[in-house]
Amino acid sequence: MSERQLFALQRISALVLGPLVIIHLALILYAVRDGLTAAEIFSRTRGSLIWTAFYSVFVIAAAIHAPIGLRNVLSEWTPLPRRAIDWSMAAFAILLAALGLRAVIAVVGG
Amino acid sequence: MAEINELIVNIWRGQEKGRLVEYRVPARPNQTVLDVVTEVQRRYEPSLAYRFACRVGVCGSCAMTVNGAPRWTCRTHVRKVAAGNRLTIEPLRNMPRIKDLACDMSTFFGKWQKAGGRFEGTLTRNDPPAAVDPVSAERRAANAAIECINCAVCYSACDVVTARPDYLGPAALNRAWTLVNDVRHAARRETFDRAAADGGCGACHTMGSCVQHCPVGISPTASIAGLKRMSLLRFLGRAPE
Repeated sequence: MSERQLFALQRISALVLGPLVIIHLALILYAVRDGLTAAEIFSRTRGSLIWTAFYSVFVIAAAIHAPIGLRNVLSEWTPLPRRAIDWSMAAFAILLAALGLRAVIAVVGG
Repeated sequence: MAEINELIVNIWRGQEKGRLVEYRVPARPNQTVLDVVTEVQRRYEPSLAYRFACRVGVCGSCAMTVNGAPRWTCRTHVRKVAAGNRLTIEPLRNMPRIKDLACDMSTFFGKWQKAGGRFEGTLTRNDPPAAVDPVSAERRAANAAIECINCAVCYSACDVVTARPDYLGPAALNRAWTLVNDVRHAARRETFDRAAADGGCGACHTMGSCVQHCPVGISPTASIAGLKRMSLLRFLGRAPE
């Protein structure tokens, strides 16, 4: 993938993440107002299509956004070869997506 | 400057390995940093190597690092940059040092070509001059960036160039932006593609050192932002070809 495409993907994923992060943070403040329990979280998320969609998009956008930025940091601040950085960042993207989607399934699934 | 009669000037001698050598130069009214370097070479150190040509801020030859910052030395008054009566003068950053204050600028100029910075016309001398609308958005964007004198001050100031030697740098991308907006340029799309390729506009972190130090008041950051915007719109299929 060319840096031009990576640049575009990073900017677009940032555009998506902006509002999602704000909603996510606001939700945290709202959700813990009476203490935080697993039962309370599950009552909100179990079987909810909206939260499934919300956090699936969140996870995918983050899995695209973070490795591209980290790739820039590694290529500018470490002597690692470009190819090694590219492959490890591709693996990092897959790891983020897998862990994130697993968490989404865990909170919305039965 | 009235109370200062003498400047203590430390000048880089050598190549990558070298040292600062101290010279004492009479302080004079309206003295520029280039005047100081010239005086050192003429009076004390005939073997001192440095570059200059026009002495009036047009040719872009005399840029050096003065007290830590890149500057065009012919238009830099000593009284504005001296720390008390002290000056430290070194070659520009981000380029190999050849001798003393002269560095090898071939990579810097090579990146202009790599960024598609060569103008390619479509008209011959038999054609009438191209009709360019002076108030069109494209022409105004090009005009804002066109007065670059190739002094490499921005290239020396840029930390991304330091971190990533394959980065084209602010001057080359600024040049590319003027051509992308020049309706007379035959290879606008090719210039854009080169400026947006790996190591191109997407590598800029908008730190703004180029704007801060550009002696002729250009904002390469704004030019690069224009290229980034175009790159994103083209990715989304929203920009004219």
